[in-house]
Amino acid sequence: MNQPLDAGRLSERDTGLERWRREYAAGADSDKPARNRSGIEVKPLYTPQDWQGDYAAALGYPGQPPYTRGIYASMHRGRTWTQRQLIGLGTPLDYNARLLDLLAQGASAVSLIPCNSVFRGYDMDEVHAELLGTCGVVANTVEHMDQCLAGVDLARTSCAMNDPSPFTLLAFLLATAKRRGVAWRAISGTSNQSDYLSHFVANHMFFRIALPGARRILTDHIEFCNRQVPNWNPMSVVGQHMQQAGATPAEAMAFTLASAIQYAEDCRARGMEPDAFLPRFTFFFDISVSLFEEIAKFRAGRRIWARITRERFGARDPRAWRFKFHGQTSGVDLTRQQPLNNIARVTVQAIAGILGGLQSLHTDAYDEALSCPTEFGARIAVSTQNILREEAHLTDVIDPLGGSYYIESLTDEMEQEILGVMAQVEAAGGMYAAVEQGLVQKMIGASARGFQEKIESGEQTLVGVNAYQVEEGKSERQALPTPDPAKMQAHIAAFKAYKEQRSQAAVQTAQERLAAAAGDPQQNIFGRVVEAAQAGCTHGEICATLRRELGFGQPLVTV
Amino acid sequence: MTTQPPKVLVTKIGLDGHDRGSRVVASFLRDAGMEVVYTPPWQDIAAVVKLALEEDVDVIGISSLATDHLIVPKLMRSLYAAGLQDIAVIVGGIVPDADEALLLEAGVAKVFHPGSALEEIAAEIVRLTRARRELNV
Repeated sequence: MNQPLDAGRLSERDTGLERWRREYAAGADSDKPARNRSGIEVKPLYTPQDWQGDYAAALGYPGQPPYTRGIYASMHRGRTWTQRQLIGLGTPLDYNARLLDLLAQGASAVSLIPCNSVFRGYDMDEVHAELLGTCGVVANTVEHMDQCLAGVDLARTSCAMNDPSPFTLLAFLLATAKRRGVAWRAISGTSNQSDYLSHFVANHMFFRIALPGARRILTDHIEFCNRQVPNWNPMSVVGQHMQQAGATPAEAMAFTLASAIQYAEDCRARGMEPDAFLPRFTFFFDISVSLFEEIAKFRAGRRIWARITRERFGARDPRAWRFKFHGQTSGVDLTRQQPLNNIARVTVQAIAGILGGLQSLHTDAYDEALSCPTEFGARIAVSTQNILREEAHLTDVIDPLGGSYYIESLTDEMEQEILGVMAQVEAAGGMYAAVEQGLVQKMIGASARGFQEKIESGEQTLVGVNAYQVEEGKSERQALPTPDPAKMQAHIAAFKAYKEQRSQAAVQTAQERLAAAAGDPQQNIFGRVVEAAQAGCTHGEICATLRRELGFGQPLVTV
Repeated sequence: MTTQPPKVLVTKIGLDGHDRGSRVVASFLRDAGMEVVYTPPWQDIAAVVKLALEEDVDVIGISSLATDHLIVPKLMRSLYAAGLQDIAVIVGGIVPDADEALLLEAGVAKVFHPGSALEEIAAEIVRLTRARRELNV
């Protein structure tokens, strides 16, 4: 009897599947379910039965909504990701030397990470001298920014500033551009991590001004940049902090998208047009070593964002729909034990980000669990990217895992998981309210604790930590690079002299105008910060004025 | 007196705000039955000394992820100046080997590095508490 061809094939396949099930059951070590970090159970095998979605609606083509397969038609074939290493150590002159070295080695953009004193809103003469420049460059004035970026063509180099609110580093950059005769319209880059909510809940670094003030400054800054620095990305929504603090990959994506909705709503409430501000929204994520989960996380995130921007915000410009993101390999996954093993971990994390379709990548140095990265460690991190880009054929095919039964099924499941967490946040009144109530902090804390318990119980193996330990001599570990105390003393002395020599009248006027703007919702605070930077005000002075006017905010910490 | 559980102050001094480690450790110690006094990051040294005195803690745990351990010797001097040399100080986080030696020399009882087991930290706190209470009896 003639069976229809398709049915015949299907029954043949089913017979094969039945047989595989029997043979698998006989050979499998245990029937304990495998779960990824987001808690999603994964099966031992995926078949056509696991993904029967609508190709056009669920995936589409690269550069076309819903962008599951990538936000640009040519993806890494056209332009590979930007190699953006976070650097910052010591004085502006130290920073500049390291930056020029990295650019010569193939890094394609600038990233500036300031000293922790800058993150905390202080000048160098307000903190313990032992802590200056140990984790970032000590930059407090326009002079310092000019020194940091000596020899860098500001009109041609994208500059990411890891810039705490009120965005003084960008203000110093704009003041430097003015000095050099470079038009603000030519300046490009990102206010990296401008997402104050993520700092409030997860990484209490940039956090100084109470939530309502931080909210207003961010929106002012977006409005200012959209008008005057149109190639600048003022909004960088950060999932990285939350995942580093313990959120699962799905939670981190959900909180990030919920934050982005909050910021977009705040811009809209200000009367700004979604098609004007959304194209300048960027995202920043952690990439853990959980390879497939991370790839699915990014694919799901793109799909959800395309839907939100179109359906919730009514954006019509495709640039507003594109989920542009920078990825950073996860430092939390790195171990102090057998530190060279971290090179392998970073490689896997980087591959996950690349296959996940990132636009820009920072690879961690293998020695991050020992100290701030050494120059040697940073060089290997850059080489890792070069090898992946040039030797591994990773970029030959766009979204090479698209169509994998597993990846497509997992992308759908991650999407559902993410949407579930987003619904919880929405029910709490949106991200701002959920953070005020401590809901997000509690969820992250619980996930961090859960992951640690898996390590303690051995359920999660960490090579060199709870398994495969080896005896290690201390000599195997490199010495920590520390800023030269003499150079730092000279830097402090020059700073004090600068404060004496500048026009005190101009500084005072700028400070008064800044304080007045803080009290007047009709004015743009960031515009006044830029004026203050040009007038010679220091970072610490600008922060002190705003802290006084808008209040210091203590984070809501839950244990 | 020795039946009272250890009382621990878990805190961060200096500039860094990364507090995943201190929160995980604090919640574990609390669940293990200890009395935990927890503070947000960026405490002044003087505030930590005052809190330790007022709360009569047995052990102070300092978490340091981004070089704040460099001012722990200052904390030790302040504790001694306040007559609190019986309180044991432990440090956890990213502390390079060379700096570990400096901390121990300054009077820190123990440094825990990434990968330390929570049980191990708890056991050390119990041991240090017992030693302190025997001293004070």
